Amino acid sequence: MIQVKELSKFFGKKAVVDNVSVTIETGKITSFIGPNGAGKSTLLSMVSRLLNADTGEVLLDTNDVRRIKSDEFAKRVSILKQSNFMNVRLTIRELVSFGRYPYSKGRLTNEDIKYVDQALEYMNLIDIQHSYLDELSGGQRQRAFIAMVIAQDTDYVLLDEPLNNLDMKHSVQIMKILRKLVDELGKTVVIVLHDINFASVYSDRIVALKDGRVVKEGPTDEIINSDALKQIYDMDIPVQEQNGCRICVYFNSHS
Amino acid sequence: MRLWILVLAAIVLSSISLFLGATDITPMDLLDFGSDEAEIFYISRIPRLASIILAGIGMSVAGLIMQSLSRNKFVSPTTAGTLDAAKLGILICMLLFTSASYTQQIIFCFAFALIGTLVFMQILNRIKFKDAIFIPLIGIMYGNILSAITVFFAYEADLLQNIDAWLIGDFSLIIKGRYELLYLSIPVLIIAYIYANRFTVAGMGEDFAKNLGVHYKFVLNLGLVLVALISTTVVLTVGIIPFLGLIVPNLVSIFKGDNLAKTLPHTALLGVVFLLACDIVGRIIIYPYEIPISLTVGVIGSAIFLIMLFRGRAYAK
Amino acid sequence: MRNSVKLILLAVIAIVCILLYAFYDIKGGFSYAFPRRLIKIFAMSITGIAIAYSTVVFQTITHNRILTPSVMGLDSMYQVVQTCIYFFLGSTSILVINKYLNFTISIVLMVLFALILYRFLFRADKFPIYFLLLVGMVLGTLLGSATTFLQVLIDPNEYLNLQSKLFASFSKVNADLVWVAFAILIVAFIYGFKIMRQLDVMSLGRENAINLGVNYDRLVMNVLVLSAILIATSTALVGPITFLGLIVANLSYQYLPTYKHSVLIAGASLISIIALVGGQFIVEHIFELSTTLSVIINFIGGIYFIYLLLRESRAAG
Repeated sequence: MIQVKELSKFFGKKAVVDNVSVTIETGKITSFIGPNGAGKSTLLSMVSRLLNADTGEVLLDTNDVRRIKSDEFAKRVSILKQSNFMNVRLTIRELVSFGRYPYSKGRLTNEDIKYVDQALEYMNLIDIQHSYLDELSGGQRQRAFIAMVIAQDTDYVLLDEPLNNLDMKHSVQIMKILRKLVDELGKTVVIVLHDINFASVYSDRIVALKDGRVVKEGPTDEIINSDALKQIYDMDIPVQEQNGCRICVYFNSHS
Repeated sequence: MRLWILVLAAIVLSSISLFLGATDITPMDLLDFGSDEAEIFYISRIPRLASIILAGIGMSVAGLIMQSLSRNKFVSPTTAGTLDAAKLGILICMLLFTSASYTQQIIFCFAFALIGTLVFMQILNRIKFKDAIFIPLIGIMYGNILSAITVFFAYEADLLQNIDAWLIGDFSLIIKGRYELLYLSIPVLIIAYIYANRFTVAGMGEDFAKNLGVHYKFVLNLGLVLVALISTTVVLTVGIIPFLGLIVPNLVSIFKGDNLAKTLPHTALLGVVFLLACDIVGRIIIYPYEIPISLTVGVIGSAIFLIMLFRGRAYAK
Repeated sequence: MRNSVKLILLAVIAIVCILLYAFYDIKGGFSYAFPRRLIKIFAMSITGIAIAYSTVVFQTITHNRILTPSVMGLDSMYQVVQTCIYFFLGSTSILVINKYLNFTISIVLMVLFALILYRFLFRADKFPIYFLLLVGMVLGTLLGSATTFLQVLIDPNEYLNLQSKLFASFSKVNADLVWVAFAILIVAFIYGFKIMRQLDVMSLGRENAINLGVNYDRLVMNVLVLSAILIATSTALVGPITFLGLIVANLSYQYLPTYKHSVLIAGASLISIIALVGGQFIVEHIFELSTTLSVIINFIGGIYFIYLLLRESRAAG
């Protein structure tokens, strides 16, 4: 279990994350949603120790994240940010092999190779595993990075807007894979999402942020309704049920 | 920052500048034509003041133009290789013609400054990673490289100490008849003022400028020509004054924003005030000797630049 | 061609250069000339490896292929130290005559400069690394203008002495100091070997590196200090060769397209030895130029760098 306790982050004098407390339950997909500038990505960065919090703490089980050794933490929690700008040319397979670094420190054992193969297969990348990353489409690239995180084999997988710049088909593909990670492999996934309908259809729990604070938190059913959405987005958003999915029809809402 | 405060400051500092120096001159002496004091005043003090004012205007306006065209606050003749290219030009000219005429020097210096800046703009266009801080890093690197090329030739010809000595920014050697080239700053300032809005638009990028009906290539090239022209006049008469074109426009933009037409007069005036102040400091510290302006401005300017960098970080996030 | 084959090829060329330099045109006093040449080859190899290694690791942790550790103030610091010694104490002072003292003082002050800068500034989430580099460069420019000023004031004869200190030269290298530098290089390499694979991970960028369990902030700090020590050592030994690192690192990336630092560093080191030993051979025996090798390398490096910037936008990231 990951517990966020009274976490704050200031940029200058402005609190981007303001005294946030959240519990992330294991074996579920938790989505962070909210308007622009709500502090979703900053919160995720602090949970994954990419960013130091100014006050408060993040507990992994019962240990403060900052006290855990960096390479031990990397075996428990993985994080994938949206921008992955690199200087080097790597093939997909080389990238995915890096996912084993916390275990092998660069010298792959047979077991590591097995994990890499599995991750490539899981993400359907076997055929193109020797292609270079800069030759791939956005969707393929994103899949390659997710494969790296899968090879890392952590209990927790954190993703910051993994659907950014992806078309509909690839977005659905990625979300289905994340669902599979949770349902089949028992992982815990935390994801920052922009599109509320992806959050509604695929996540178990939703944490809604606004101006750096948590405005709503709970099972998806409790968040995806017009009352709660009004609080989060300041918009009247009708919710329709379709094939068992709740869809927010916000396109012509009044605010 | 009000305009009249700047005007007032410029007037006060100018009067101090006129009456400061190894020879005591009082306003009364000036009435006595033919006296040594009056002679010094007209031959040395007035040209010195004029050249400070013109160089101050020129370099800060050049910086302002470059910053609007590149949309980067940290681009200036110092941080884009312009001054280093000008230096290289002068050296090449000295090597090619044993006794280079003034005109030849101007032509070489101008051509190199222009090409050097053009190359830098080309580099900027090709760089995908446009972090605001990364650009000046590249610019300074680029400048270092140009000066490495200069060093190569100067070392071969045993001119290293000469060219360094000659190009150190220094107002103490300015006398009547050796600074008039600087008056070119005035028409440049006028053109810059007329084209101010177009520079701002061109800075938004080629597509944006075309959309608004601005002839992008022409405006860009005009801007660079103006910058090269100013740099040439200043480098040839005064020497290299680092950082001036960098910090003055930035200080103004903190108070007045980035609309070029609005900030141009302030920038020009602040450039004058700043340069006058630095010059006076340099003349007082080891009185009756002088510290060259390039060192005073280099020290004060880089200190201000560092402060701006730190403050910029505090506000940027 | 496989990378291992390419490395062997480089090694062969390096050996050929070394043999040529050691035995070419060795007349008469073999027992006199040969040991001297060996010392020079040894010094060039140490310098070359130190510069190649520090540049590659520095570029990895700063995620770019344009900046090198020496441009961010280290070379300027060296020049300040040497210029101050000559300016204030003169060429007959103990600090000039006693090579050990000069060597130690140069290294200590350069590393101190880097340490203060990094300690003061390096907090990755507060100040990004480019910020640190820009501050270093501005300080370098500041120190540079101060040294230029002092150099102009120096007596021309003293300046000639100083000039030989300011440009890298292998001809007067001190045999004992070479061993000291060698020892420093070995110690640095023992640490360097330990972090080789962490550096591979670093090339994925900060966020991915942290994700994979690299202690990012500490590694960056250690590598910055390590490269400062290596650059300081090589500079104190032979003088600054600012752009050698830039050329050899980039040639290595181009020739050996891999993320593996073991390969990249080996490649850059070999290219570096080829450039220095081969270059020195050409300078001494073929062109008989008056210029020093470092000036030529900076010249060629500068042109190569501008070519890189204009050709490949990816290199800028």
